[in-house]
Amino acid sequence: MPVEIDIEHVARLARVALAEGEKTQLTAQLGQILEHAARVGEVAVADVEPTASAIPRVNVLRPDEPEPSLPVEEALFNAPEREGDRFKVPRIAEIE
Amino acid sequence: MTELCDRTASDLAPLLAGGEISAVQIAESCLARVDAVEERVRAFLTVTPDVARERAAALDEYRAIGAEQTPLAGIPLAVKDVFATQGIRTTAASKILDNYVPPFDATAWSRASGDGAVLMGKTNCDEFAMGSSNENSAFGPVHNPWNLDTVPGGSSGGSAAAVAAGEAIWALGSDTGGSVRQPAALCGVVGLKPTYGLISRYGLIAFASSLDTVGMFTRSVRDAGVLLGSLAGRDPRDATSLDAPRRDYTTSIEEGVAGLRVGVVADAFGEGVQPAVAGRVRAAVDTLERLGASIGEVSLPHAAYALSAYYLIAPSEASSNLARYDGVRYGFRAPGSTDSVEMMTATRGQGFGPEVKRRVMLGTYALSAGYYEAYYGQAQKVRTLVIRDYDEAFANYDLLVSPTSPTTAFRLGEKVDDPFAMYLNDVFTIPANLAGVPALSLPCGLDDEGLPVGVQLTAKVLDEPTLLRAGHALENALGFDPTSPVAREAVS
Amino acid sequence: MTDREAVIGLECHVELSTRTKMFCGCSNAFGAAPNANTCPVCLGHPGTLPVPNEQAIVSITTIGLALDSEIAPRSEFARKNYFYPDMPKNFQISQYDLPTCVGGHLDIDVDGDTRRIGITRVHMEEDTGKTTHAGTTGRISEAEYALIDYNRAGVPLVECVSEPDMRTAGEAGAYLRTLRSTLESLGVSDVRMEEGSLRCDANVSVRERGVDAFGTKVEIKNMNSVRSLERAIRFEIDRQNTLLDAGQSIVQETRHWNEDEGTTHSMRSKEEAFDYRYFPEPDIPPLRPDRAWIEQVRTSLPELPAARRARYERELALNEEPARLLASSRELGAFFEEAVQLGAAPIAAANWLTQDLAGTLNKAGVTLADAKITPQHIADVVQLVDEGTVSSAGAKQIVEAAVATGDRAQDIVVRMGLTQVSDEGALGGVIDEVITENAEAADRFRGGNEGTLGFLVGQVMKKTGGSANPKLAGDLLRSRLSS
Repeated sequence: MPVEIDIEHVARLARVALAEGEKTQLTAQLGQILEHAARVGEVAVADVEPTASAIPRVNVLRPDEPEPSLPVEEALFNAPEREGDRFKVPRIAEIE
Repeated sequence: MTELCDRTASDLAPLLAGGEISAVQIAESCLARVDAVEERVRAFLTVTPDVARERAAALDEYRAIGAEQTPLAGIPLAVKDVFATQGIRTTAASKILDNYVPPFDATAWSRASGDGAVLMGKTNCDEFAMGSSNENSAFGPVHNPWNLDTVPGGSSGGSAAAVAAGEAIWALGSDTGGSVRQPAALCGVVGLKPTYGLISRYGLIAFASSLDTVGMFTRSVRDAGVLLGSLAGRDPRDATSLDAPRRDYTTSIEEGVAGLRVGVVADAFGEGVQPAVAGRVRAAVDTLERLGASIGEVSLPHAAYALSAYYLIAPSEASSNLARYDGVRYGFRAPGSTDSVEMMTATRGQGFGPEVKRRVMLGTYALSAGYYEAYYGQAQKVRTLVIRDYDEAFANYDLLVSPTSPTTAFRLGEKVDDPFAMYLNDVFTIPANLAGVPALSLPCGLDDEGLPVGVQLTAKVLDEPTLLRAGHALENALGFDPTSPVAREAVS
Repeated sequence: MTDREAVIGLECHVELSTRTKMFCGCSNAFGAAPNANTCPVCLGHPGTLPVPNEQAIVSITTIGLALDSEIAPRSEFARKNYFYPDMPKNFQISQYDLPTCVGGHLDIDVDGDTRRIGITRVHMEEDTGKTTHAGTTGRISEAEYALIDYNRAGVPLVECVSEPDMRTAGEAGAYLRTLRSTLESLGVSDVRMEEGSLRCDANVSVRERGVDAFGTKVEIKNMNSVRSLERAIRFEIDRQNTLLDAGQSIVQETRHWNEDEGTTHSMRSKEEAFDYRYFPEPDIPPLRPDRAWIEQVRTSLPELPAARRARYERELALNEEPARLLASSRELGAFFEEAVQLGAAPIAAANWLTQDLAGTLNKAGVTLADAKITPQHIADVVQLVDEGTVSSAGAKQIVEAAVATGDRAQDIVVRMGLTQVSDEGALGGVIDEVITENAEAADRFRGGNEGTLGFLVGQVMKKTGGSANPKLAGDLLRSRLSS
């Protein structure tokens, strides 16, 4: 059974604007892919630990030693829009 | 006489050292090939002739004054456009990074560059390395130099095609689920995916962090060992990079396969595998046996679930890794929005192509409240079982053998409308990414249409020396000529 | 009216004062020019990777040990996914289900009683950049655009979450003050609320007294001092009580404290606020501190305020109040101990530091660090008074001068003529003059009104510009008037 997903909700979470046609197509495609992906549920894993990384490492840290930052012009070089030395974006309606 | 651009780095290095040829000549040979074939192959998104010529000339000067040089010095290298190259446009083949110029170098590229590599340009690929045919590039597909109507494979299709067409001697790629090995197989070149973490990922534009591996395309197994030696080793900028020292990976390459225990992956010759592919790979196994390896059959019982696990883990990590493309700090910004949420949403809607949207949506869903355990959590447990399968297999075998890809190169457009059929291309390559083990694809013959078939060798974690040694022996015995029709035609 | 009590828990964010940011080598200094402290990593450029700062991990472990937390044998970073322009990667690297410090407590003093407040967890995360909302009116809701400075993005941030163990605004204030002085003692943070290096949100609910179940919780944000935390909590408790008294219910929400208006108001809830899609950060291997390493951090723990205060009371016989004041600041405590080391009597030195010096600094508008006075001055002042060389009024003048100039106490005494007149002969003439000029008062004393002696001594002091030894003046007056 293809999986039913709330495409509008997921698109909002992912911050992706979708045309109506894209929504219909994605709903079908994701449903089909998820149906196959859901096969992971068939495997008995009750006593199996999840693996986040294939080659386990621990305690990889960096000494607290300063390195040069970018010159401000380079930091802002790729900015789509700027004002002075800050990045400029349209109005932020929601308050963090 | 083979053109310089069609030779291997290991052939060229002594000629350079002996003063018989110059780095400028090699660079010019590759650039001439680019001029001759690029319009049809489209392997590159950015060609850097000025950078290449200037670098080659400087290296020739150093050599003239007696400076010692590495085996990479003066050899033209193509770099997949997912590696940050300071001052040179880097797009990940996405509209969303169309105009992005990184202020820093990826570690892999900076090590190669430090050893004297000559940059030919940035190669085309599937957008954000998501795809198996290179048709997901925002800048149009790459054409396979063995048959221009077919795909080169993906996602590193441009790098594979550039090497197959003689536009570069070797190339960097990235492999998250087979993105080096599968295009290497389809383009008739050698593709190496080393152990996860052996080469730093710093500056490699992330797709799926726990699976992404820097890999390379070469015309010989020895060349792969040479390039690996330059790039491998701990990088303080990548916390997941391994403590392995930088070393020469070619020292044991001539030791042959006598006594090696080779396990043939039993399930990898069944349904969906083209008969020609199964046939050539079985012939390669016979060759290994003839060379003195002992052959057995091995089963990876959870490999059947690896594809499912991969299509949960990779998109989940990708959905988070790609969140940064929002039109605020760099890259494309959709015009006309008066509100930041609207601006970001429109930027991502217009900036990402269909496959990227598909995977970002898939991953966002798989991580969202109520689904995490059933999808991502469960997939990570299946991953544990895939790793155990390998542990058991490597208790009895030194190497595993399977086809790299179930099919040879398919027609452009053939699978674009069926994402799931496309995903099946990676069924034999994905398990190695889940387990982090190294794997090598090398050409083992042609199918009836004259398209290359790749055989995949897999070794245990950090056992690249065995992988290279067996690959080298097999390559010598098979005597495959990696010169593609496009390259051959350009010479005649 | 229903008898209700409030239930309060605090979430405090502490910016660590490491040299560099949490995941890159950019400077962690406050106050740089916009975007001057940024690099490809903290700007979230494609392909960059985070590598955790070792000192930050030492610092959070230090904090955990000071709060008696368990240092988890395995902790890890996760990604908290949400979009916001001041967050360069559009996810925040934060510890989630496996924080570095679990459990613990902080003892606070409220009206002379000690209360133990539980700590739920202490975890490591990174700060965001700073957004300035711009437009013609200056109101966020009417802003036309926003400007972003990423200097703060990636600054190491420790979040300390308390149990809902506080019942009054005063307890919450005491908790925050105690946490601040503890962190200050550990030397891990500047803990400046006005600069944002210590930030505090409060979860407030009310319930009928005697009931175990919690009421509906409201989170309040944007308090930038201990005082505003207390005011905001008081306001919020009143607001909730008023609503409940009117038969209305409390809405679970986040409210913003407005310092000028003295009120909280509802914040527009963030879209999809509760789906952060946490998953383990694949770019950072887990932390597994071994026992030996934890013990090594433990041995380097400085003395904490509570222990220091107990020592001052026990070994130096200070009273509770000066002991608490001196112990609450690492700087002041060190200053005090150095003065004692230099020979000052502890009680006198404590009084000088907590009363006169504190007042003088306040009046001069300088901090102890900026003032020129040294522990040697305090030791000298205590000695000069003890010997009778200067009066206490004169000593105050020495302290004031030392704060401003840093000159030696002895030099100040000479320059300002503060030597106390202890010579009977020299004082005799002044005493006679005072008796003559204040005949009426002198008569009242002779008539048995002891109280007028103080007045007459005051006149002597006035005539001598404060340089007379008041005890001697009193004795001389008494003997002249009795004869």
